[in-house]
Amino acid sequence: MREVSGLIACEECDAVYRKLALGPSEVALCGRCGAELERDRHALRRHVLPLSIAGLCMYIIANVFPILQLEVRGDFSQATLIGSVHSLNAEGMPLVAFLVLATTILFPLFQLLALIYLLALPIRLRRSGYPAAFNLSGRLIQILRPWVMVEIFLLGVIVAFVKLTSMATVLPGIALWAFGALAFLLTSVFSFDPRHIYIRQISLQEKKGKKHAGK
Amino acid sequence: MPANRTVRTVQPASQPPESGLPISGFSVQTAAKLGMASCPHCATLWEDVKAHDRCGRCGSGLSIRKPDSFNRTTAFLIAAYIMYVPANTLPVMITIPFLGKEQQDTIMSGVIYFWNSGSWVLALIVFIASFVVPLFKLAVITLLLIAIQRRSRQGLLLRAKLYRFVAVIGRWSMLDVFVVTLMTGLVQIKGFAVVHPGAGIAAFAAVVVLTMLASISFDPRLMWDVTEHEPGNPHESRRGG
Repeated sequence: MREVSGLIACEECDAVYRKLALGPSEVALCGRCGAELERDRHALRRHVLPLSIAGLCMYIIANVFPILQLEVRGDFSQATLIGSVHSLNAEGMPLVAFLVLATTILFPLFQLLALIYLLALPIRLRRSGYPAAFNLSGRLIQILRPWVMVEIFLLGVIVAFVKLTSMATVLPGIALWAFGALAFLLTSVFSFDPRHIYIRQISLQEKKGKKHAGK
Repeated sequence: MPANRTVRTVQPASQPPESGLPISGFSVQTAAKLGMASCPHCATLWEDVKAHDRCGRCGSGLSIRKPDSFNRTTAFLIAAYIMYVPANTLPVMITIPFLGKEQQDTIMSGVIYFWNSGSWVLALIVFIASFVVPLFKLAVITLLLIAIQRRSRQGLLLRAKLYRFVAVIGRWSMLDVFVVTLMTGLVQIKGFAVVHPGAGIAAFAAVVVLTMLASISFDPRLMWDVTEHEPGNPHESRRGG
């Protein structure tokens, strides 16, 4: 098995391309099927770590405080996300409860922690080869990406909110705003592709003169 | 971040190094034809990949096509079709008010409720997310699989676009699952109303998860394999060796 340098294959139609030097915020598209080949994300790179840490703070607030409050004749009923998952489980829907738990609580947390770990790991450590956990969290981020559904959950809260206004007085909780912020932060953080850590690593090595002349 | 983003459409490398294969018409050099496998994680290209080889850079498993893509996608799709029936006929939510009749809601009755109560924007959002998207997704993946089976060369670009679209929108069908979760969590007030989740929501969640798994296990490169001169058998996973 040998590495082919300087070439890249389209992930959707397998056409082979020579790697391009992309300018700031440039995107290279496949000329055959139109899929994205590469995207320059240097501008974003510096912001990912602080955004992930902000996301983690929002995540905690979003999960501790109630999302919606219901007022019926002086009685209050409020629901946190984990409380709702719990009542779904108690109603005999353990699988659906687990799905909601995974897509809105567990996976976003894994994503944020994995990103923080990837980016906060000292460069000195990275240079001496990637530890197994490093590769694992990089892959975890990509595999879990479609299964993190905070923004869809947010839309669900809005739909439930409107549905409930016809029954009783509904008040938005603190967690609702935190969920909004978390959805926004996760979206911006997810546009970062963990692949770029590897690419950066390669350019570091090349600078150090490790580059093989012509492969 | 600069405000303007440049999009460059690039043309495939016609003459890759160390291979003087000619390019004719529609045919371009593909990694599979050159005996290369692209790492699904870090996009590094590798030559001479043997079965069960791992990417030397990030450790992901390497294969020329997603393993057993056609069969896996078909299996997930059939399972999704089966679950689609109870998802749309069984109630997803059962509301029991303190006074009055028990009310059973299916996916469509939720949409009709919003429409009648005047919030037609929400009616449209829920209708698209819960009804149009799953149906469209099932139809598109079926079409893609049939086209691969028939080795069709028609509408390749359109099919590539459809696949990309379906892969992005599929997750939004989870909307109704979250709505039912919140309603169950919130409306548990004895002496006012109690909301129970119905069996339909479990079936509906299964449809969403199964169609997502189908689109993840589908390998769009199989569509383009028919443009190759030596087709081989695109339905099987072709681990290099």
